[in-house]
Amino acid sequence: MRQLSRRAALALGASGAAATFIGLPDSVSAAAKEAADQIAKFTGGKTAEKSKVSIELPEIAENGNTVPLSVSVDAPMVGDNYVSEILVVADGNPNPGVATFRFSPLSGKAEASTRIRLAATQNIIAVAKTSKGELFTNQKLVKVTIGGCGG
Amino acid sequence: MAEKPRLKLPKEAKKGEVIEIKTLLPHVMESGQRKDKDGKAIPRKIINKFVCEFNGKPVFTADIEPAVAANPYMQFHARVEESGTFKFTWTDDDGTVTTAEESITVS
Repeated sequence: MRQLSRRAALALGASGAAATFIGLPDSVSAAAKEAADQIAKFTGGKTAEKSKVSIELPEIAENGNTVPLSVSVDAPMVGDNYVSEILVVADGNPNPGVATFRFSPLSGKAEASTRIRLAATQNIIAVAKTSKGELFTNQKLVKVTIGGCGG
Repeated sequence: MAEKPRLKLPKEAKKGEVIEIKTLLPHVMESGQRKDKDGKAIPRKIINKFVCEFNGKPVFTADIEPAVAANPYMQFHARVEESGTFKFTWTDDDGTVTTAEESITVS
């Protein structure tokens, strides 16, 4: 009897773990949808061309609490032709927004680096807008070993 | 709070040069997602905006979300055409504003 209850407890634990695992895709898709909404708001519903934007991130982030991120756009930064904004979203975080960087011709380069928090393995998406209204985008998958949102 | 920001940029540059600027403000960046040991949510308290100006003109701005890690670090560039002063401003959720200035000589 005692042995049985121990097995039962193990089975319960295993099924519990499975349940949380099955529960995961739901929350991921909700975050991804919110990320898509934020991007649509930024672009005004237009489609961004997948070029010119580079995202630098470690392929595997061991500690999601502080992950180095660098975004840059290969475009001129002069007079009335410059990259005005870059939106960065993380599609698997509780709040997908990461940051919006705003530039001016005085920036010299459309490039910014910071350190971010990532809750789980997910895509980082960057969308850039130029002063002429052109839109460019790119995305990168980052694997996260330990989440950084302190649940 | 009121810890001093850290700045790294050259003291001198050539006219038209694009320089690299690194800034860091010691700050907890409490995301609002964490719970204390009694299970109550710890309220959000982050730096939500960072601004860099040169001689009063905007150079770089970041609208920041809780996904930016503690001690917010920002690295960016500036094209300098004249000597002058960079002004850096960090705005906290609670309204606290931290500022710092650094001059550069352009020849």
